[in-house]
Amino acid sequence: MGRRLPVWPVLRQLRGNDRLGLGEAARSARSDTLAPRTAEADRVVRSICPFCAVGCGQQVFVKDERVIQIEGDPDSPISRGRLCPKGSASKQLVTSPGRLTTVRYRRPYGTAWEDLPLEQAMDMIADRVLATRAATWQEHDAEGRRVNRTLGMASLGGATLDNEENYLIKKLFTALGAIQIENQARI
Amino acid sequence: MAECHPVGFQWVVEAKARGAKVIHVDPRFTRTSALADLHVPIRAGSDIAFLGGIVNHILANGREFREYVVSYTNAPVIVDEAFQDTEDLDGLFSGFDPETGSYDPRSWQYDGMGMASNAGSRQRRIAGGEAHGSGGAKLSHGSPPRTDPTLEHPRCVFQLLKRHFARYTPELVEQVCGVPREQFLEVAEALCQNSGRERTSAFAYAVGWTHHANGVQFIRTAAIVQLLLGNMGRPGGGIMALRGHASIQGSTDIPTLYNLLPGYLPMPIAGTHGSLQEYLDDVRLPAGFWGRSDSYMVSLLKAWFGDRATAGNDFCFDHLPKLTGDHSIFPTVMAMLDGTCKGFFVPGENPAVGSPNAGLHRKAMAKLDWLVVRELVETETASFWYNAPEIETGELRTEDIGTEVFLLPAAAHTEKDGTFTNTQRLLQWHHKAVEPVGDQRSELWFYYHLGRRIREKLATSAEARDRPLLDLAWDYPTEGPHAEPSAAAVLREIGGVGPDGRALPGYLELKADGSTACGCWIYSGVYADEVNQADRRKPGSEQSWVAPEWGWAWPYNRRILYNRASADPEGRPWSERKRYVWWDQEQGRWTGHDNPDFGAATAPGYDPPDDAEAERALDGTSPFVMQADGKGWLFVPNGLDDGPLPTHYEPPESPVANPLYGRQTNPLMETYDRPGNRMNPALSPVYPFVFTTYRLTEHHTAGGMSRTLGYLSELQPEMFCEVSPELARLRGLVNGGWATIVTSRAAIEARVLVTGRLRPLRVGGQVVHQVGLPYHWGRNGLATGDGANDLLPIVGDPNVHIMESKANTCDVLPGRRPRGPALVELVEGHRARALAEQEREGSR
Amino acid sequence: MTAGPRMGFFTDTSVCIGCKACEVACKEWNLVPEDGPLRLTGDSYDNTGALGASTWRHVAFVEQQRDDQGLRWLMSSDVCKHCSSAACLEVCPTGALFRTEFSTVVVQADICNGCGYCVPACPFGVIDRREDDGRAFKCTLCYDRLRDDLQPACATACPTDSIQFGELGELRERARERVAALHDAGVAEARLYLDDEDDGIGGAGAFFLLLDEPEVYGLPPDPVSTTRDLPTLWRAAALAAGTLLAAVAVSFVEGRR
Repeated sequence: MGRRLPVWPVLRQLRGNDRLGLGEAARSARSDTLAPRTAEADRVVRSICPFCAVGCGQQVFVKDERVIQIEGDPDSPISRGRLCPKGSASKQLVTSPGRLTTVRYRRPYGTAWEDLPLEQAMDMIADRVLATRAATWQEHDAEGRRVNRTLGMASLGGATLDNEENYLIKKLFTALGAIQIENQARI
Repeated sequence: MAECHPVGFQWVVEAKARGAKVIHVDPRFTRTSALADLHVPIRAGSDIAFLGGIVNHILANGREFREYVVSYTNAPVIVDEAFQDTEDLDGLFSGFDPETGSYDPRSWQYDGMGMASNAGSRQRRIAGGEAHGSGGAKLSHGSPPRTDPTLEHPRCVFQLLKRHFARYTPELVEQVCGVPREQFLEVAEALCQNSGRERTSAFAYAVGWTHHANGVQFIRTAAIVQLLLGNMGRPGGGIMALRGHASIQGSTDIPTLYNLLPGYLPMPIAGTHGSLQEYLDDVRLPAGFWGRSDSYMVSLLKAWFGDRATAGNDFCFDHLPKLTGDHSIFPTVMAMLDGTCKGFFVPGENPAVGSPNAGLHRKAMAKLDWLVVRELVETETASFWYNAPEIETGELRTEDIGTEVFLLPAAAHTEKDGTFTNTQRLLQWHHKAVEPVGDQRSELWFYYHLGRRIREKLATSAEARDRPLLDLAWDYPTEGPHAEPSAAAVLREIGGVGPDGRALPGYLELKADGSTACGCWIYSGVYADEVNQADRRKPGSEQSWVAPEWGWAWPYNRRILYNRASADPEGRPWSERKRYVWWDQEQGRWTGHDNPDFGAATAPGYDPPDDAEAERALDGTSPFVMQADGKGWLFVPNGLDDGPLPTHYEPPESPVANPLYGRQTNPLMETYDRPGNRMNPALSPVYPFVFTTYRLTEHHTAGGMSRTLGYLSELQPEMFCEVSPELARLRGLVNGGWATIVTSRAAIEARVLVTGRLRPLRVGGQVVHQVGLPYHWGRNGLATGDGANDLLPIVGDPNVHIMESKANTCDVLPGRRPRGPALVELVEGHRARALAEQEREGSR
Repeated sequence: MTAGPRMGFFTDTSVCIGCKACEVACKEWNLVPEDGPLRLTGDSYDNTGALGASTWRHVAFVEQQRDDQGLRWLMSSDVCKHCSSAACLEVCPTGALFRTEFSTVVVQADICNGCGYCVPACPFGVIDRREDDGRAFKCTLCYDRLRDDLQPACATACPTDSIQFGELGELRERARERVAALHDAGVAEARLYLDDEDDGIGGAGAFFLLLDEPEVYGLPPDPVSTTRDLPTLWRAAALAAGTLLAAVAVSFVEGRR
């Protein structure tokens, strides 16, 4: 108790103007020093909401290399600082304990996830791509037309990604000869 | 809009406070309806009848904006005399070939103009309208088409339109849509009264409007209304697609789509595009900005293949794989089921919940050799092999599934640099705030390093098929502890560089000689002056209402497309109230609030010389600069697979017979009739109700970014269905209780909300009950439930291969669904009854 | 600390779209935990139920079938009223509740001992104790943000400006203009709630524009401070002193165990 209340409020109450003890006299030490945590941010990073396509501006407050708050960017002429419930939940989205942090691997016919180092996963995926591509490569179709492609693999996704990321996907897959690339635009 | 784009809706609320009338047309009374001046409940899937009714109201009463229509649309153009309308052929246009089930559009052409040889029916099943890019189809344009500016010629577009929609009367609207004629007329009149010189009206749709087997023609009908009323290219007008993902527009512009290359250039087609020249001859239009396609395409090839792309080797055009048909996700899923597609990447999408007939997608994934899922969380797509609903029913067994699954953690938007393109074509840069944790990486990292590894593994390969990979320009600067590629460097490549290596100001600088490189021509200029224009953040309060210095909009930072139409043919604003861009006679150039659509010095009276090309071949009164004739197309002579004019067909599954034509459904509808994807028979008493799927404010699409969050999950914690009190009585449903919804694909359970916000509609002589189903739920996350999209069939629009997910039929039973194999029996039992019923009907 | 003008909320329910951004923004800022089991209530789109220790903003959804004008869906974001005569504060024996320099009423978590006297005192049923923690919680009107000239989180997020924050006097003026504008537009049922300083709580620091009777939204039509009839507030002060002494004694005893 003493730790919580360096000056007993009743004493402050009797000494000060706040005879009812409902205002100044009742302030705790924490209340005295209270400040919004955003004031203590090391930096404020400009961002854009990751949910829908309105494109609301966000300010990301960072302290000790962790996101401590995300709120609307008042400068945005699109959103004027406002966010919907999803946008308002952005900090929970990016700091959620439910997020994956390590690669999960399920072997064929396996019944449980296994660990797999990222580098090894990348190498295995590269091997799978090359093997499937080699096995399913078509130089010409049944009518003899040149197609130089594979129909052995596909990709689905992109609408939640950045333009730069979609660009690399399309560029790489096209060079691989993989044409079955799709995203949420049709779904 | 309030439901799914609440922050965008602030502008509607503000407009309403300033006197705008807000009308909401939706099967359900939603949070948007709550603030609208008028809510119009409509039968799901009957939109062409409703909008066609508005077209008819405009034309029958002379309410069109005549000067705009005559000058800026193809209304005066005379169409080939061979053209026959659906009104003549009971639901078919001329040119239908019953054997191939497709149209030959030759009879739809402008009179005496013929049609470019490469376009048309041959490309059907490949890419439809989208293959032609945003400019629609090719129109050979040696000379202007024959027109009748009085709009009286019986074969001019205006008169064809009038005839085509003449039967779309208020009475028909009432009969088809279940909308009382008085209410319909209130809408039609409100639009007419609020359009013209002084006023404009806007349409906004969430992409549920595209989720129909006739979706393209739905939106086309809205476009006809907006063109007739003069609401395109003007402030406060237009048709706004409210899209659902942060960069879904960007992923269409820079397409992770099979039929497109960046900037809506088509993917090459086998046989047709054997060489760059053949490709360009097909893609390049004689007039309008597609006339510069050669510079766009060569610059793209230079961005992709760098120094290896030379004039001598067709700029590596032959490296591009070729299409032979529809390679969209639906045939791809069928190919997975058939065992021909063996590997699958899924970055940031959750088809196990979000795709139509999601159960079929799950079964397809169980046939793969390998699956790579990149996600923030473990989605149902990653976990299908142990907790798919089909495991519970016994249709799949974990031990029998041979799919190797890699689940890789993704970085969030706060952990990477990059741009999103919002629904208004606005590119906005987001900065990395913190480093991702553990194995979390951006997609940029993943695809860059995957490509790097693959190239390293192939470094000594002499295989011809590996040449494109080895010739690829794939050397982006990296930074930080994980060798993260520079997103800014990628964006700069997208925006394009000139011969001097400097970032380009825009696509007008692109060359077809290989001296420029540009990853996406419509984004050219996004790095102009070596500045990341998408990262411009001048506060909105410190600039004009157009806010041109916030972010960067394609093309050329233009905020309203086709803005030439905001001025009259002489270049004067239609009205002071609605001034936007206008011709400044003294300066001899266009000026105003935005970047004008075509050459700033192209005078309103400009008459192109015979040898003019590209945009210089359009006259000074042609606002629609991507079209070969520069006009807004009321009638589409080419580029649409299912007809030049929108026509009401019933949805693929409907409880109602088409009152307009003997033909029940779109004759070109894409179907996949196979086990696991059977359709409910039309008019089946076994599936008597219409259901429509949708999203809620509190969740995001297939739930991966919302069902995993406590703050959102508690706001909408369980899957539910919305039914009217009448339907609840009919089926014994209790508010807060359970219902089971059954189709030919699946049966799911949902908690019940009985609400007056859904209301039975009187359609023709019958009552149609509609069931509302949000589709966010799945087995994983905090808030769990059955997935509504399991119920859907894969059946689609022929133009763009988008499925029908907003108007299908179902049965509704009280109580929870059966568990285990009994669930499959329920679905099959219903179907057997429906087929028996159909047989009985047929034999009568 | 110098007292400035009284700050508060004006919640204009006529433009509320029921998006619940206020609920989420409040929780994100104030680190309020999730509230209870994930169960559908069956009460329209309201799955939060009521204000409580872990729900400081709550959006009510009211579906009305009106014979003459058809269906109406009312939505309203409720919050602590920060009463002029705040019974919760007046009965608080520990001084955990206090009135800030913005004339708002705030619980100080570092003082609250979870006695719960405030809970029945509130005429609106706003303040409540958190089951696992024991202490009482409610809206602070983002006291920490206000100290740095920031708006409360809910008002910052609100997409349609349904929740407006500012000087109470200005807000009241704005609210009266809004009611007049709605009346002119034919919305005769628009009325203000808790904007009157002569009401049973001496006026509220958070008041509302409603489109129906308060009861329809689950709000008391004529709330009265439960401490209004106490002869003198000194009694509460004495009670506070006594309880504190007792609490100190108890903590002593507990500390020695």
